[in-house]
Amino acid sequence: MESLGIIAGFWILSGVTVGASLAVFAVRNLLHAVVFLILAFVGMAGLFITLSADFLAVAQLLIYAGAISVLLVFAVMLTPMANRDNANSLYMLPGGAFALAFATIVAFVAIEVDWSQLRGDALNGRNFSTTVGDVGQALLGPHVLAFEIASVLLLAALVGAIVLVHEDERAPEDRGEAA
Amino acid sequence: MNLASSPLATIDGLSVTLEHYLVVSGVVFAIGIAIALSKRNAIAVLMGVELMLNAVNLTFVAFTRFSQNADNASVLAGHVFVVFVLTVAAAEAAVALAMAVLVYRRRETVDLDRLNLLRW
Repeated sequence: MESLGIIAGFWILSGVTVGASLAVFAVRNLLHAVVFLILAFVGMAGLFITLSADFLAVAQLLIYAGAISVLLVFAVMLTPMANRDNANSLYMLPGGAFALAFATIVAFVAIEVDWSQLRGDALNGRNFSTTVGDVGQALLGPHVLAFEIASVLLLAALVGAIVLVHEDERAPEDRGEAA
Repeated sequence: MNLASSPLATIDGLSVTLEHYLVVSGVVFAIGIAIALSKRNAIAVLMGVELMLNAVNLTFVAFTRFSQNADNASVLAGHVFVVFVLTVAAAEAAVALAMAVLVYRRRETVDLDRLNLLRW
């Protein structure tokens, strides 16, 4: 991890990611917040690349920066009368204090613990050209049960989302529920 | 490695290690907590949750990258876990946003301060 490219990439991308995440908190327009969230996702994908996780970086771009952000924009657009000023509630002070304490503890532990034993020899010795094949082998080999359960989960979420937002044309009385 | 002969010896102190990634991940997770706890709009809260999931993914990938584990079968186990986190995050976002739209349809708001249906 000593090459100049990785060092420069890490500092730039982590700056972009953290700055964009802070902007999600700070901007006063929900759609601008979504845009900064996409920027944070893209920066995170770049950090994955500096960690030699090429498949995950592309998956991150497709799923987070592509799909989930479009879902978020849809949700904002489908709630036109709701507040879009990205306002904070009364819990902002305790929430912010808790977040600050959490960041302090994590940073303290990360800096104090001696990680020098972990030098990445497991991946350094492998000489991957890409991780895609190995991730695929692992997904369909030792982790195939979790893989299948995940596909069932996705199907359930898909059907559930459709059922939830499906507009029932019948009158409330016919649906057997109180109006 | 021989620092004296390296042309990049001056930047060696900046060498990126595991703790750099853990600090970035912790900071992004904390920002996600702050957003999820303090935003009024339900969709903004979801954005905070997505940031938290992303920060955890970064931790998984960083530990995988710096792992010393020479066992061939599990060297990319962290990557596999991240794939499952991505799957669950996508499912969670779809269902949660559908619920937000549904709540909006009934109550004309997604303001969490005003959604007190479950208050006793």
